[in-house]
Amino acid sequence: MSYAALNTTTVAAVHEFDSVIIGAGGAGLYAALESSHAPGKTAVVSKLHALRSHTGTAQGGIAAALGNVEEDKPEWHAFDTIKGGDYLVDQNAAFILAEEAVGAVYDLENRGLPFNRTPDGRIDQRRFGGHTRNFGEAPVCRACYSADRTGHMILQTLYQQCVKNDVAFFNEFQLVDVILDNKKCGGVVVLELATGLLHVLRAKAVLVATGGFGRMFGTTSNAHANTGDGPAVLARRGVPLEDMEFFQFHPTGIRSMGILITEAVRGEGGVLRNGKGERFMERYAPKLLDLAPRDMIARAIVTELRNGNGILGTGGPDDFVNLDATHLGKSVVDAKLPDIADFCRTYLGVDPAVSPIPVQPTAHYAMGGIPTDVDGRVLTGADNTVYEGLYAAGECACVSVHGANRLGTNSLVDLVVFGRRAGKHMADFVKRNDMPVIRADVADGARAHLSKLYAGGSGKESAAAVRDRMRSIMMDKVGIYRTGTLMEEAAAELIALRGLFSEVRVSDASSKFNTEPLEALELENLLDLSLVTAVCALNRAESRGGHAREDYPDRDDARFLEHTLAWLDGTKITLGSKAVDRSHFAPKARTY
Amino acid sequence: MKIILRIRRSNPENDPVPHYREYPVDVEPTDRVLDAILYVKQRVDASLGVRKSCAHGICGSDAMRINGIERLACKTIVKDIARDGDVVVLEPLRSMPVQRDLMVDQNAFFEKYRSVKPFFIPAAPPRPKEQLQMPQQRMRYDDPTKCILCGACYSSCPVVAGKNPQFIGPAAVLQAARFVFDSRDIGIRGRLAELDTPNGVWACENHFDCTKVCPRKIKVTKNINETKHAITVHKENDHQAV
Repeated sequence: MSYAALNTTTVAAVHEFDSVIIGAGGAGLYAALESSHAPGKTAVVSKLHALRSHTGTAQGGIAAALGNVEEDKPEWHAFDTIKGGDYLVDQNAAFILAEEAVGAVYDLENRGLPFNRTPDGRIDQRRFGGHTRNFGEAPVCRACYSADRTGHMILQTLYQQCVKNDVAFFNEFQLVDVILDNKKCGGVVVLELATGLLHVLRAKAVLVATGGFGRMFGTTSNAHANTGDGPAVLARRGVPLEDMEFFQFHPTGIRSMGILITEAVRGEGGVLRNGKGERFMERYAPKLLDLAPRDMIARAIVTELRNGNGILGTGGPDDFVNLDATHLGKSVVDAKLPDIADFCRTYLGVDPAVSPIPVQPTAHYAMGGIPTDVDGRVLTGADNTVYEGLYAAGECACVSVHGANRLGTNSLVDLVVFGRRAGKHMADFVKRNDMPVIRADVADGARAHLSKLYAGGSGKESAAAVRDRMRSIMMDKVGIYRTGTLMEEAAAELIALRGLFSEVRVSDASSKFNTEPLEALELENLLDLSLVTAVCALNRAESRGGHAREDYPDRDDARFLEHTLAWLDGTKITLGSKAVDRSHFAPKARTY
Repeated sequence: MKIILRIRRSNPENDPVPHYREYPVDVEPTDRVLDAILYVKQRVDASLGVRKSCAHGICGSDAMRINGIERLACKTIVKDIARDGDVVVLEPLRSMPVQRDLMVDQNAFFEKYRSVKPFFIPAAPPRPKEQLQMPQQRMRYDDPTKCILCGACYSSCPVVAGKNPQFIGPAAVLQAARFVFDSRDIGIRGRLAELDTPNGVWACENHFDCTKVCPRKIKVTKNINETKHAITVHKENDHQAV
């Protein structure tokens, strides 16, 4: 065994906290604030510096029925969320989301968040896709916003509050294992970037808030860090994953790069146009037009491109449509969409106030993830029993409030509402429970896992080649439109790729600030989640929300109005199902 | 097109003496410099140390010196800084200890940030509604809210790099300014202990390098000068009140 492998197999320290939070985005930081009423009792672990978290890139807004600009009600917000999710949403959870969004936005404002303001000094609100008044009548101004950097302001504000409250941060520690014994959580095993050493954090309660995993797709708006570490580690520990077939493609990514262009461009009045100059959404969503939900617009764009109506007219992978904001004028663009204008100038060399923005759909958001109840407690299966002391919140969790398709701005709502709820529940849980006993060998699995990355593989496969292959399989075969044949191919290819990964070897033997083993772990996590996604998608023989099957174009409530649960064991996946809470609205056809 | 990345390499663990290595890379003119760096890291030399995350100029992970100027590698397009065959020099940020290659230790930078109490100190107690703030009051402190704490300004500052390394630096002052100019915040008095000192705002000599390099196009120097002014006014008012 090499010096480096020995080094990486040493446990540097065992730390103890009441609560440990993995991930420092909106959900993790809000939970930290709620659970850290005594100093030194809560730790936030992030594989980045906390301020680099992906919440910071959210642009357009956070929905809450404040009614500051026009009449609005949480009940309408809940209905839109349920319909937007194609009725796969747990309806009680959607009502909690909509009702508590209002208090959460006020709480953020009271903590200093600089929302844009109405002329009379209240929080300003604008339109966003799928958000309507009176159960679908017309678009409503519900998105509270801070220019087009709402996520940045949420992340900054929550981080500032953590500084104020002296929350302990473990920056640049990556999750390797969650200690789960007999359905009880005892802490985590993490790898420190600075030293290459493993640390054990023993805790009464652990919250997994690691965010999304869009990096499994070739074109994505997601950060390099979005590799689904939490869900993948838990899946390998036997925790089920829920509704993994539902992955949202945002309709407007910058052509070929995938960088997000916020829906707020359309909320402010921007329109999509095809190669003939037509406002093609008139044909797909006559009432809401360019403010229809994202899944419908992404499909509309692909259909236009396939029909030769793209700007190039080739229908090839580089073909695109235009997002036209030129009629908004420079003052609106500069005041309300300054970052978008900056992205367009930097990456496209165009000024959106003068020229249209070339866009293509981009993989954006995981509706599925770790199954939780409305207090963030992780569920063991369909019967709603929980893992003791284990919580999840944010994009990596599936409450489920997004169902088959998330509405724009509801991700930030999800973070703050369920991050807070999980944090509050943890604060109470740790008061009532003792520090769990953990076994002396808790880090042995993580240690063996790492050693294998250094010494196990032949080195004949490169991580880069495996990563590229995975991303193109997922993009080409498990993308916006799906068919059984292609997904069967994808699943088989991903299983083979998982085998090839064992030939990858970490080549850099040094221990300090060595990102190579961390990136290998991330790739492994993405491979596991890709396979689960492909298998779940193959199993769902219907079209619903973001899951569009060309071989099964219709929604099939009789067979499939239920959540998917998937258990991973190596490359074997066992599927099950879970009932959807339908306590408020009966499913209807989803037209806009 | 082809460019040559000339990267300043060093690793205190096994390669402590800084030196430059060249890596030829085929790129599209529209690629980000970060794309070229990741090509080297993932296909040529996995030991290259670099931080990255969002890759579109928001998370602040990949600030470095590109051809001698502080920039975000993900927000620098190849064709904007190089022609076919050109050498592009990549170096870590200044005034921060190098951890490995392009990775620097930002702990002191963040300690200085924390010293200015970079959090909301409200005039009014929390309430179950929003506190009112007029649009013009909100816009008064809009500019500093864009800061992503990437450290570019801190590296560019000749005062930090030269005569006064104890200067808290442009980013920390800017973060204080974000609250000093917020009509809802009354924390200026508590922030004076750090700001109103020779290592606080008064260390700034108006070189404007911070403003030139800011990848968020924040008028950093202007904010620093306005903070100086606000401190002076605050002290005069305090004096009169006594």
